Amino acid sequence: MAREEILHRVRTALGRTGAQAPPPPPPVRLRIPEIGLEARVASFTTRLEALAGRVCRAALAQDAGALVSRELGNRVAVASNAPYLQECGITGLPNVSSGVASRDRLRELCASADVGITSADYVLADTGTLVLLSSPQEARLVSLLPPAHIAVVPSDRILTGLDQLFALLPDPAVSTSSMVLITGPSRTADIEQVLVRGVHGPGQILVVLTG
Amino acid sequence: MSSQLQRHIHDTLADPRLQQAIYTATGRLKDARLAVIADNVLPDYQELRTQANLLKQHAIDHLDYYLEEFQRNVEAHGGTVTYCRDGPEVADFVLSLAKQRGAGLIVKSKSMTTEEIDLNERLGHHGLESVETDLGEYILQLAHERPYHIVAPALHKTRYDVAQILTEKLHAPHDIVIENQTALARSVLRQKFLAADIGISGANFLVADSGAIVLVENEGNARLTTSAPKIHIAVAGIEKVIPRAQDLAVFLKLLARSATGQLLSVYTSFLSGPRRADEIDGPDEFHVVLLDNGRTRLLPNPERRQSLYCIRCGACLNTCPVYRKIGGHSFPWVYSGPIGAIITPQFLGAGHEPGLPFASSLCGACAEVCPVKIDIPKVLLDLRSEVASVKTGRLEKLAFRVFAWLARHPRAYAIGGRLAASLARSGDGAWIRRVPALLNIGPIRAWLSQRDLPPPPPRSFRQLWRQR
Repeated sequence: MAREEILHRVRTALGRTGAQAPPPPPPVRLRIPEIGLEARVASFTTRLEALAGRVCRAALAQDAGALVSRELGNRVAVASNAPYLQECGITGLPNVSSGVASRDRLRELCASADVGITSADYVLADTGTLVLLSSPQEARLVSLLPPAHIAVVPSDRILTGLDQLFALLPDPAVSTSSMVLITGPSRTADIEQVLVRGVHGPGQILVVLTG
Repeated sequence: MSSQLQRHIHDTLADPRLQQAIYTATGRLKDARLAVIADNVLPDYQELRTQANLLKQHAIDHLDYYLEEFQRNVEAHGGTVTYCRDGPEVADFVLSLAKQRGAGLIVKSKSMTTEEIDLNERLGHHGLESVETDLGEYILQLAHERPYHIVAPALHKTRYDVAQILTEKLHAPHDIVIENQTALARSVLRQKFLAADIGISGANFLVADSGAIVLVENEGNARLTTSAPKIHIAVAGIEKVIPRAQDLAVFLKLLARSATGQLLSVYTSFLSGPRRADEIDGPDEFHVVLLDNGRTRLLPNPERRQSLYCIRCGACLNTCPVYRKIGGHSFPWVYSGPIGAIITPQFLGAGHEPGLPFASSLCGACAEVCPVKIDIPKVLLDLRSEVASVKTGRLEKLAFRVFAWLARHPRAYAIGGRLAASLARSGDGAWIRRVPALLNIGPIRAWLSQRDLPPPPPRSFRQLWRQR
């Protein structure tokens, strides 16, 4: 068996035996600065805008709903099953499909929609990042297949950065098979280092922060 | 140095367009990196490097333990782990899985590990279509070329090259607008994503305590590869394992910064197992293939072991004065630049390309930029001494004996210095090529033909010292 042979080679080379537990690894290094909410919002906005993403504020959930409705115009959208989108009145908009639980149906909708609308579990201030955990509420393809992505997120979900995220979720695999960090629109610079947005994922991203 | 290596180097040096392309692209990546590791942006950059180095050292020194922990946790989340010794074993695994599931089409995201084992070709021989979906890799697959750079695979291709490739291979109208070329690739590949039965990815990290793989990318093709098809296979070298998910806070801050000068890549996916019962989408099967392919060969030597710390950011290529002149295809294998010069001879075994560890000026720039602090020059020296202990040219031995003798005889050394200075009368840097015809032969000629040397000053250091 390849497994036994490779592990045997590794142990022989390192002078270890199968039963030996290693000494503890270097201590975890997580530094979480104290940064107020407004400063986190400001940092998130600056970072995402630097990547050609857009950030809007809305005082209340229903304001966010109205904002998204205006933003959509007559574009066709698919929304995730995040309860917060319902609270904002987004799932009830006429050109928005939502509440899909079948994989095949969701795939069809996402492949033809102009916009995918999600919430986010967290937002990272110091990099302009959305954090989405796959769940019955958030499918993977909604933020991936349509050419534009709108995320509506309560501003109290803004963390300072990666360190705080991994302090809150020491092992993301406990709760999900997929956690994705989205930092700006999809992009490539593979031809002559020329930046092109929207190569496979959404080329446009709008984050609506509420509260 | 083999004649093939020499020919590639000469061709690259003689191509001004290619020289410009390499120089511009690596220069941009180099500057972008410097901007995001600056003190006011990331004050603890050096601390993070040290931590990353310690974590990698710990993981590699106890590799068997973390691989076993990784496997247990992948299986606990419903995935499988398969070890493979080499490329043919990986291909066999994929082929037999494809056969069992009746799969015909594979989409692939960028992975140096699968390049290393020619996975696409191996699968193609058995009638299984495997399509690269990273834009650069897709273009190279159409052109039947291997990556030019670890991070920017099609760095050497201009928009005109790409237009020609797309016209030839896809029968698309000739179009030199990069946005349109990208849009065309997007629409062709979108159909492949939606039709594919299997997605094959690499892995930037294997997380032992979560049983997760981590993928870092900008285009979204790795997300599609791992989300759309019903089967996901991740192929990774055994050295990619890190102890804890929390260690990603260190590695992710370093990887994108060092690779492309981004704070984070656009998409970082943390994937563990197939979709859970209540999740709406995601693959039904999650398989991780752990590849040896020569990696265990360099574990016994503690000095060389650090070659396995590499996180494939490509920063050492962008900063290397040799890579920036001779480019990626001059290197004999898929890994180029300083990191390629140390892992190629070790993965493939001695004798593959004995000249490779010598294709470096040992300036140390690579070690300085390495986010995990691999001492590349030290490993290069170690590899050189191995080559030298087996075979050293007679001419080289003679040259060093002459130098050793001169260095021990100050008078003779001074005469030699004056002789050299008198040869340099013209003072244009090309004087070194005007050596007497008798000496300008064979390897000396090859060595001299590409070099300038600033003329020595009118008075030598020794003369100045005496007059002090």
